[in-house]
Amino acid sequence: MQPTHNDEHPHVPGPSIWPAGFAVGVVVLLVGLIVSWYVVGLGALIALAFGFLWVRDLTTGSSLTEAPAVAPEGGRSESATGAAIPADRGEAAAVPGDRYPRSKFLELSTLGLGGVIGGLVSAPAIGFMVAPAFLKQGVKDHDIGPITDYPEGKFVVATYMSDANQGEVSRRTAFVRNNGQLNGQPSFTIISNHCAHLGCPVQPNGPLDTPNGKQYHDVSLIPTISIAGFGCPCHGGQYDTEGNRTSGPPVRALDRYSFSIRNGNLFVGKPYSVSHVDGAGSGAKIHKWTLAFPGEHVNGIESWLYPIQPPH
Amino acid sequence: MATRTKPTRGQQLQEAINYPLDWVEERSGLVGGIKYFLFRKVPGDVNWFQTLGSATFTAFLVQALTGVILAMYYKPDPKDAYSSIQHITNDIFAGWLVRGMHRWGASVFIILMFMHMGRVFLFGAYKFPRELNWIIGVLLLAMGLGEGFTGYLLPWDQTSYWATVVGININGTAPFLGPFLAQFLQGGTYINADTLSRFYAIHMLMIPGAIAALIGLHMYLVIRLGVTSPPWSKEAAGTGPLEQPSQNGTARSGLTRPGTRKDGR
Repeated sequence: MQPTHNDEHPHVPGPSIWPAGFAVGVVVLLVGLIVSWYVVGLGALIALAFGFLWVRDLTTGSSLTEAPAVAPEGGRSESATGAAIPADRGEAAAVPGDRYPRSKFLELSTLGLGGVIGGLVSAPAIGFMVAPAFLKQGVKDHDIGPITDYPEGKFVVATYMSDANQGEVSRRTAFVRNNGQLNGQPSFTIISNHCAHLGCPVQPNGPLDTPNGKQYHDVSLIPTISIAGFGCPCHGGQYDTEGNRTSGPPVRALDRYSFSIRNGNLFVGKPYSVSHVDGAGSGAKIHKWTLAFPGEHVNGIESWLYPIQPPH
Repeated sequence: MATRTKPTRGQQLQEAINYPLDWVEERSGLVGGIKYFLFRKVPGDVNWFQTLGSATFTAFLVQALTGVILAMYYKPDPKDAYSSIQHITNDIFAGWLVRGMHRWGASVFIILMFMHMGRVFLFGAYKFPRELNWIIGVLLLAMGLGEGFTGYLLPWDQTSYWATVVGININGTAPFLGPFLAQFLQGGTYINADTLSRFYAIHMLMIPGAIAALIGLHMYLVIRLGVTSPPWSKEAAGTGPLEQPSQNGTARSGLTRPGTRKDGR
């Protein structure tokens, strides 16, 4: 005899509050990703608790609510129960006294154990693949030489290795301009050469004074004679001398580096993104944003597409 | 035919070929499986356009074979990558040929995928019951393009470096998860020493494995569902009776010999 499943009256779990609580937990968890790790933990707890109750409700509900009351005690043989339970009862196959058959247990435990083992093996492997791209991404300050090497009002092309261990692949280029004094403090404009379109290296639009180039440790400094701005060789993006986009595909101004001065030396610091710059030189007003990948709007309605930036 | 006498040389030869095949067949069913795979019924009026799928598969095999050999000489390290490519091209025997096959074969693979896709579209071969195979094919197309993207960086010259910078940043402009995808691809905020080996691993291990598995699924569905008739065909696909492996003779003989076709051809 085979179990008869009644498809016309499928077993539908009754309405329950647990899924709603589970959903709330997931939402709290996601919000926590932005707000704080404590909130993540709280959300995970809520989701786990309600998820457990939900699953328990689903798995036990059927046998509790629909177990046939007329079934004979310990009736294991199909013929005995077959007579007592009408054929249209969907749960007729679940013989009382055999609520959880061994084969079912073995099947589920094999799946469960396999899942646990697979998870234990793959979780660290996937973490190893993904996490290093996002952890310890800070940029170290880099010494690019005495500030006296930077003549006032002129851009100097500074090229250096940001990480000597990595070699050529860590080469960075910055356009450094001494703006003179601002409120008694030296002022510098340090523009990144990463095009704000898709990251190609922008070039100064104007001649370089290569013979007067200098070398300071690993940094090569080549002054420009007079430049009209910056241009990108890849897709023709053009910028003025403050890094504002003047034409072409870029979506924002060129990124800049923060700087610090220690013992008379200029240090390149963390990069940040710029939507646009008002004014010029030391008095310019820079509209700063956290560093974004090239091609991403940092302000305006398009920036809603990039609500979260990975840790840079 | 003559009455049973001393077996001729031809018969002896046939016996010598069939004996090991029968041995394998009896223990594994492999010969029958291969016959089932190769001697399928197809509509009588299929044409050359329906070879584009096999051609794409062949291109993939060429890429896999030449890629494995190139991996014996290539060094996925920023300091050595470019010089090892120069070494392969200029110094090693037939290195220029194998690298050329891989480099041009990549384009052939991509072009054939698109042609195959166009054939399937124009013949309406994506319709019921073959929708799932279309979906798998789209996944294969994406994987193939991923192979092209990750493989392009490996020569580590100016073109490939900046093309990859641009490609990664295009990924970065995808909404919401784009920045994370870009940072995952380059293994950090900027392209760094790990980016090249990361691309190499994706190019030669991750995606080819997935492609091989998906091709297996793709062909399983082709065999299960049969080849589509061309749009102008009077014959419906897969309607003919499936040919059963020949059952005449004993188990020891005749297992591998092709049976006659039902329609006498």
